[in-house]
Amino acid sequence: MEVVLQNLTKKFPSRDKKNHEDVIAVNDFTFTIPDGKLIGLLGPSGCGKSTTLNLISGLQKPTSGKIFFGEDDVTELPPENRGIGLVFQNYALYPHLTVKKNILFPLQNLKGRDKLSKEEMLEKAYAAAKLVQIDGLMDRKPGELSGGQQQRVAIARALVKMPRVLLLDEPLSNLDARLRLQTREEIRRIQRETKITTIFVTHDQEEAMSISDMIVVMKEGVVQQIGKPQEVYDDPTNLFVAKFLGTPPINVFEGRVKDEKLMIGDEAVLTVSGVKDQEVYVGIRPEGYVLQENGPFSCNLSGVEVMGRDISVVCTNAACMSQTVRAIIGTEYKVDPDDQTVRFSLKPEKVFLFRKDTEERIRFE
Amino acid sequence: MMKKLKNSSWKAFLYLLPAILFLGFFMVYPLIDVFVYSFEEGYNSASQTFYGVGMYNYSYVLHDPYFLQAVKNTFILVIITVPLSTGLALLISVGLSSIRALKNLFQTVYFLPYVTNTLAVGLVFMILFKKTAYSDGLINLFLHWFGAGPVDFIDGPYWAKMFVLCFYTVWIVMPFKILILTSALSSVNPQYYQAAKVDGTSKMRTFFRITLPMISPMIFYLVITGFIGAFKAYSDAVALFGTNLNAAGMNTIVGYVYDMLYGDSGGYPSYASAAAILLFAIVLTITCINLLISKKKVQY
Repeated sequence: MEVVLQNLTKKFPSRDKKNHEDVIAVNDFTFTIPDGKLIGLLGPSGCGKSTTLNLISGLQKPTSGKIFFGEDDVTELPPENRGIGLVFQNYALYPHLTVKKNILFPLQNLKGRDKLSKEEMLEKAYAAAKLVQIDGLMDRKPGELSGGQQQRVAIARALVKMPRVLLLDEPLSNLDARLRLQTREEIRRIQRETKITTIFVTHDQEEAMSISDMIVVMKEGVVQQIGKPQEVYDDPTNLFVAKFLGTPPINVFEGRVKDEKLMIGDEAVLTVSGVKDQEVYVGIRPEGYVLQENGPFSCNLSGVEVMGRDISVVCTNAACMSQTVRAIIGTEYKVDPDDQTVRFSLKPEKVFLFRKDTEERIRFE
Repeated sequence: MMKKLKNSSWKAFLYLLPAILFLGFFMVYPLIDVFVYSFEEGYNSASQTFYGVGMYNYSYVLHDPYFLQAVKNTFILVIITVPLSTGLALLISVGLSSIRALKNLFQTVYFLPYVTNTLAVGLVFMILFKKTAYSDGLINLFLHWFGAGPVDFIDGPYWAKMFVLCFYTVWIVMPFKILILTSALSSVNPQYYQAAKVDGTSKMRTFFRITLPMISPMIFYLVITGFIGAFKAYSDAVALFGTNLNAAGMNTIVGYVYDMLYGDSGGYPSYASAAAILLFAIVLTITCINLLISKKKVQY
């Protein structure tokens, strides 16, 4: 089911007694979510991603704008008539009911024409349980399950009615690191098998990048960028997106452009054709450095971390806005930890320039 | 190591000693004493003498029509007021937690009886219900509008008096229950309701399948303490019908015990003890049954 968001805006009345301006949680969000895709809503806490999810689910009403599921305008529909499945951050499994009864619960609500016989309900419940591989735990109570199992039960409960859209609110944040890896692949698999349009909210960029077909990066209620994860990573539209995606994070330097040369400190590190002379922020991805004996960019070496797969060169530079510069290079390079300075050349496709005032991207050739 | 442990447990007991002594003297010893008195026939507390040991006290009490009346009154009171007050309190709490405007005002209004003196409230109830030579009382005025004849609720027929007593008891025990239940209701995670809403659960089903099981531990707590409280009822009856409860036919078991000790027919500590032990046995049995049921029904 295609989900269309049209100029979606949600304002909350201000709680601050002195300042009566409304808090804008979601600001003019327009986006068409293609059918059968897995979409990650990504942003730091308070960016409006959960509110967006609540608007799509119908638990909250938008201040303005419209929501369509396919051709149907669902903006005014209550959640139960939208045909959605929702998985809550803390799962919200009914603690007094067994797994089986939890999964059956949504089916037992069906009335009139949709009413199912007992056998049909059980069949559907077991099918959903099988899909998330918890069919062996049907008679347990949620309290007797691990976090990962509870998560699966919650997904099964959301899927059992075969919703048109599946919504997941921070689905992995209550799991430990190992389970998180496992579960995110599980979510991917379930989504592929059911082909249900799925929207999930997360603040963890790695999570969003790894399983989403598309990611939506939000900040303070405003959509910053929408695209395939790799495209957004390779081509961020502004400094915020560049900083938010990627581990280790991008290194940001203060620099300037002079005669189509990018200057960091006193060094001309890169030729940037077609950019006017100006002060800029320079973002360099950790993998954008190439170790070169007489490279144009020099840093003071403070340490070398060997990770096995690659080497992380930790150094400092006066122009860098964070304390350390972290460059990741292949193991075929050798760095002597006793050296005072290291010199790099830069891969142009890993270097991004941003305007000082608006932090918008400046493109160069 | 062992020695150290023993040393510290000895110390712990030393710290507990004041409380143990206090409880021992004023709680455990009297309890045992009451048990002993209940078997000593014709015990006289002034001369500390008694005639013999046996079951005569129990036999006397169990054949005393006043005691049987008191047991009957107490049971009627318990059976009517506990479910009624708990049910009403639940209804009011659900109402209170679903309104926004004036919530605090209503909460205060419903809590007022809890902080009001029993006897003062009894006086108000007397004014409401009592039929005197000068007026029929406010309630009778209402009854008159509906064409029902004046009923003397305080000195009249048994059912009328029992009605007032039950009404009064329900009214006086409800604030505490409402307080407990509103806090239990507000402690239910709202996400359960959101999940139910997304699944299209009807209001009734949400209440019976989610809300009620979630607060069931609190409901059972209230039922158990309600049973115990109602079995021990006494001051409520006094507030309404005066101290001569036997004459009014509205005595309770605790009232009977009190009368045996200090009332007009007072001076019979042996009978009082036997009646007290019987009450204890009844309350113990009911509480055990309650606990057994709650273990089965309270699901988590």
